[in-house]
Amino acid sequence: MLAGRPAVEAAEQAAHMEPVKGRSLWQDARTRFFHNKAAVASMVILVLVGLFAAFGQFVTPWSNEEIDWALLGSIPEQGGPSWENRHYFGVDETGRDLYARVVQGTRISLMVGIVGALISVVVGTAWGAIAGYVGGRVDTIMMRIVDLMMSIPYMFVLILLLVVFERSIFMLFIGIGLISWLDMARIARGQTLSIKNKEFVEAAIATGVSTPRIIARHIVPNLLGVVIVYATLLVPQMIIFESFISFLGLGVQEPSTSWGALINMGADNMRNQTPWMLGFPLAFFVVTLFAFFFIGDGLRDALDPKDR
Amino acid sequence: MTAFILKRLAIAVPTILLLIVFSFLLMEAAPGSPFATERGVPPAVLANLEAKYGLDKPLIQRMGIYIYDVVVNFDFGPSFKFKDRTVNDLIAQGFPVTLTYGFWSFVVAVAVGGTLGVLAAVFHNSWLDYLAVGISIGAQVLPNFVMAPILVLIFTLWLGWLPGGGWRGGQIEYLILPVIALSTSYMASIARITRSSMLEVLNAGFIRTARAKGLPMRRVILRHALKPAMLPVISYLGPAFVGMITGSVLIDVFFSTGGIGQFFVNSALSRDYSVIMGITILIGTLTVLFNLLVDVIYAWIDPKIRY
Repeated sequence: MLAGRPAVEAAEQAAHMEPVKGRSLWQDARTRFFHNKAAVASMVILVLVGLFAAFGQFVTPWSNEEIDWALLGSIPEQGGPSWENRHYFGVDETGRDLYARVVQGTRISLMVGIVGALISVVVGTAWGAIAGYVGGRVDTIMMRIVDLMMSIPYMFVLILLLVVFERSIFMLFIGIGLISWLDMARIARGQTLSIKNKEFVEAAIATGVSTPRIIARHIVPNLLGVVIVYATLLVPQMIIFESFISFLGLGVQEPSTSWGALINMGADNMRNQTPWMLGFPLAFFVVTLFAFFFIGDGLRDALDPKDR
Repeated sequence: MTAFILKRLAIAVPTILLLIVFSFLLMEAAPGSPFATERGVPPAVLANLEAKYGLDKPLIQRMGIYIYDVVVNFDFGPSFKFKDRTVNDLIAQGFPVTLTYGFWSFVVAVAVGGTLGVLAAVFHNSWLDYLAVGISIGAQVLPNFVMAPILVLIFTLWLGWLPGGGWRGGQIEYLILPVIALSTSYMASIARITRSSMLEVLNAGFIRTARAKGLPMRRVILRHALKPAMLPVISYLGPAFVGMITGSVLIDVFFSTGGIGQFFVNSALSRDYSVIMGITILIGTLTVLFNLLVDVIYAWIDPKIRY
């Protein structure tokens, strides 16, 4: 009875209070994500790199194709980074402004990463969700196709494609599109298998919702967490993939460039006392990739229900 | 077990055939003739050339001949650009080189990565663990084309300890940098996978039982924990193999080691189709066979897999 009074008071107080707000899965995830310092810092870095790619060109008087003839004969001595002649990152081996070229390379590399991730999100999720939900023979055939494509060393096939159909950024996107969704399809299928027998799907079936609609409205939204995490981790993989091809000289064509092509140029000139040619592209590459990996890790910790 | 291997072969063989057909058709779709030059070739000469290389026969027949040659005789035909050499010559010259440093890279990645991963798990939250995690995070952003220039910069240009390229029949100082550049990122992945799977196994009930009955820690790890912990690592070996064989192209180009990667990129730049095809098919076959081997090893180790 002694405990009665506080309990009654508490109950009265509670009656006057606002009802407790429910927190959605996404709000929870957001809170967790913003507690992860590395992920937040990476987010800031990534925004800066994005701004650099979008607006970096407006801060320099040089274009990425213009040759600075004044420096051409003396690049190792005078071609380094300097404020006076407005070559912030120095010039490359043919006297073009490296800052403008890094801006341009950043655009291409980021675009490759994002396009690859988008293709994998759309195609991979749809493929995996359909295979997993429909099951049976359809599942076997669809996943066998994925297995088959995965067991082929795609880099060689992609280079074969690039050689046969002329090298272009469009062909590169097709090549990346062909392979980027394979892992995503497997992940989406695995996740679909684990939710397709849940009660809400049963309820949808019982109320007569059609199969395509169940997949689109009930399965796919529940895959999103996993898909987002994996897509974030896929962006750096795609950037590495493209840079590898461009490093070999088989990717983007001059005067376009990408981080891989720029790193290659820097590496070729290592012996010529021009460290800035390797340093700047390499720094952008490494920092951005780190940022993507940390954000991916942060998202995984935030969205993975296993870690609750 | 035999049935399992046969079943896997039944998938592997069509995969290889499909790859051959696919690359053949792709080459057919390529615009231009391999004999086209800027000055143009007289029709009579062109006809003779096409007859010599069998290009005057219908598509299906040529495809049949090509597949037959590749599958039965292991003959990838002549190179279109090196007039006096066949694709087989180029492969015979370059493949042993690729195989040598590829093998060592694989051994280093598995041995160092595996050891690091196991130690990190056993000494969880010690400085060793943090070191291993640090390395594996750092190496994610150091793919082979980043590692190679950095290594050459440090060990060749600054310290002058090791040669920055060449092969010389595979002497050890020419082997070190290519092997490190190729294996680092896979070593890191293997360390990460080993660590997390080892941590999971060490928390399992049967490990507690083994320790409770008084077995020394070393014996618990070697006899009980290692085998189940290695399963995820084994399934990663397939992708690691593909990655390393792809990376070998870059190693060959960057270090001028003279492996098949160098021929591959040169022929890609000069549109020497038969060489590109031959190397793609060879690599594809190796990959499929390696994946088969990994599957068999996995099934052999993991009693849960039914076959």
